[in-house]
Amino acid sequence: MITVSQTLENVRDSSAKEVVSQCIERIEASKFNTFITVAKESAPEAAKKSKNIKGSLAGVPIAIKDNISTKGIRTTCASGILGGYVPPYDAHVIERLKEAGAVIVGKVNMDEFAMGTSTETSHYGPTLNPWDIKRVPGGSSGGSAATVAAGEVPLALGSDTGGSVRCPASFCGVVGLKPTYGVISRYGLISYANSLEQIGPIASNVADMTHLFNVVAGHDPRDSTSVPGEKDYTNALVDDVEGLTIGVPKEYFGEGIDQAVEKSVRDSVHRLEDLGASWQEVEMPHTKYALAAYYVIAMSEASSNLARFDGMRYGLRLEKDHDWHTTYSEIRSQGFGEEVKRRILLGTYALSAGYMDKYYLKALKVRTLIKQDFERALKSTDVLIAPTMPTPAFKLGEKISDPLTLYMADVNTVPVNLSGVPSVSLPCGFSNGLPIGLQIMGKHFDEETIIRTAYTFEQNTEFHTKAPEVA
Amino acid sequence: MITTKDVEHIGWLARLKMEEEQLEGYADQLNSVLDYFGQLDEVDTREVEPTYHVLEMNNVFRDDKITDCLTRDEAIGNAPKTQDGYFKAPRII
Repeated sequence: MITVSQTLENVRDSSAKEVVSQCIERIEASKFNTFITVAKESAPEAAKKSKNIKGSLAGVPIAIKDNISTKGIRTTCASGILGGYVPPYDAHVIERLKEAGAVIVGKVNMDEFAMGTSTETSHYGPTLNPWDIKRVPGGSSGGSAATVAAGEVPLALGSDTGGSVRCPASFCGVVGLKPTYGVISRYGLISYANSLEQIGPIASNVADMTHLFNVVAGHDPRDSTSVPGEKDYTNALVDDVEGLTIGVPKEYFGEGIDQAVEKSVRDSVHRLEDLGASWQEVEMPHTKYALAAYYVIAMSEASSNLARFDGMRYGLRLEKDHDWHTTYSEIRSQGFGEEVKRRILLGTYALSAGYMDKYYLKALKVRTLIKQDFERALKSTDVLIAPTMPTPAFKLGEKISDPLTLYMADVNTVPVNLSGVPSVSLPCGFSNGLPIGLQIMGKHFDEETIIRTAYTFEQNTEFHTKAPEVA
Repeated sequence: MITTKDVEHIGWLARLKMEEEQLEGYADQLNSVLDYFGQLDEVDTREVEPTYHVLEMNNVFRDDKITDCLTRDEAIGNAPKTQDGYFKAPRII
C-alpha cells in the first residue's frame, strides 16, 4: 500500500504529474474493477496546477466514491439511471481537496446508490477483494477500500450510511472513519438516507486517514446539518492510551460471530490494556433491534430521496414519451437495479397511509433507545471497542441472492449511524489470510479520542504493515 | 401479508413499473423483510420520543443574500430533452 508521506516525497523528487501518471497506469492495470471513471484528462492538468498550491496534499492522488459530485467528471452512483451524468458543480469535500492540492484521479465503484454491503449491486459489475479475488471487498464503498488496499492510490473518500466505509475498510485491511453526523458537509453527496450518512476518509494507516479527514471536515453553510467550527485532528495522533477506559459491548459478540474475529478483537483490547488503558464490559440492550430500525429508516428516506430521478433534469430518458406517470415509471423501472427497487418499494410501503406509525415512527422511537444505549455506555467509558464486521470478507455471490441474509452482515455497523457517533475501523488481525477489522466508537464530536486509540494500537502492532500481493 | 396486487400498488405509488413475472418474487422478499421488521413490536416505546435527527440543531438560517449560482446552460446541461432553454417534460394531462 502507498502512504501519503511517501507520495509527497515522490512528488518532491520527480513531479506531481509523474506521480499522477504512474497512479493512472496502476489503475488502468487493476485486476479488481476498482474504478468506474478514470479522470485521464483532468488529473494530469490538476497535477500540473498543484505545483503552485501550498496545501497539505499537494500532488497527492485521491479516488472518490462515485456518489460524490465532481465538476466535469462523470458521477454515476454505480447506477444505470445516471449513466451519462456530469455534475456542473463540486461537492464541498471536493472543493476542500482541491484547495489542499489533492488530485482527483477518478471515481470508484460502489453498490448502486450505496445500497449494499458487498459492491455486488453495482451496474458496472462487482469490485474484487485484493486479498482474495473470489471474495467481496465489502460495501458500499468497496472500490474506495479496494483501490487503497491494492496500492493503486494512497487515499480515497467513501460514504457511510450504515457501515459503508467501515465494512470495506475491515474486509480490505485498511483504515476508514465514519465521522460524527454533521462534521463533514454532505453538500454534493448524492443522498441515499440523509439523516444517517456521512462522507468518510479511507487510507492505509491512521495518520494518513486523519490528514485526509482534517482536509475535508469543517463547516459548510450549504448543508443545514453541518456543524460550525474547525479543529486540527492531527493533534490527536498521539501514541498514548494511559488512563483510557474502554467499554466492550457484549451484544456485539453475538450469534454468527466468527471465532477468529472475536479472538482478534479481544486480543486487541488486551493489547491496549498492556499499553495503559483499562476495559470493562458494557451493556447496550437495544442493539438487537438496530438492524430492523436502521433498514426501516434508511429505506423510507431512500424512497423519498430517489424520487428525484425522473429523467427530466438528468439521467436516463427513454426515446418515446407517453403521459407523465407512464414515462416516469418506465424510466425508473429500466434505470434502477433490483436492490434499489426493493428498497424503494419497502420504503414506500413503510411510509404509506396506515403503516407509517407501525414501521417508520416505531423505528424512530427505537432509534432514540439505541442512542440512549450509547450515551449510557459512554458515560463511564471513553471509547467502545467491538468487531467492525462479524466475519472476514465473504465470497462473491454467497449472500447476494437473499436480501435479508446480506442485511444481517451490517449488525455491528448500523447502530453507530442511528446514534450519529463517530467510529473508525482499522486492521487488527487475519483469518486464513483475510483481514479483520477493529471498530472503535466514541462520543459525539470526540473523533480525537478514537483517533488517538487507533493510532496507539497501530503504532504498537504490525497489522497495518501487511498488504495483499497484487502483482 | 403483501400480495402481488399490493406490490403492484406500491410500485405505482413509487412510480416503478412492475413486470407481471416479477411480482411474486418481490412479494416473497418484501414479506420476509417486513416479517423481520415486525420484531420492533417487541420494544416498549410508549414513553419514548422519536429521533428524526441526532443533533440538537433547529432552524438553521442564512442571510437572504443573492449568491452565485449555476447558469441556465449549466443547469440544463445534463437534461436529456430540452426546448428553448427549458427542461422538456412529457405531457401531464
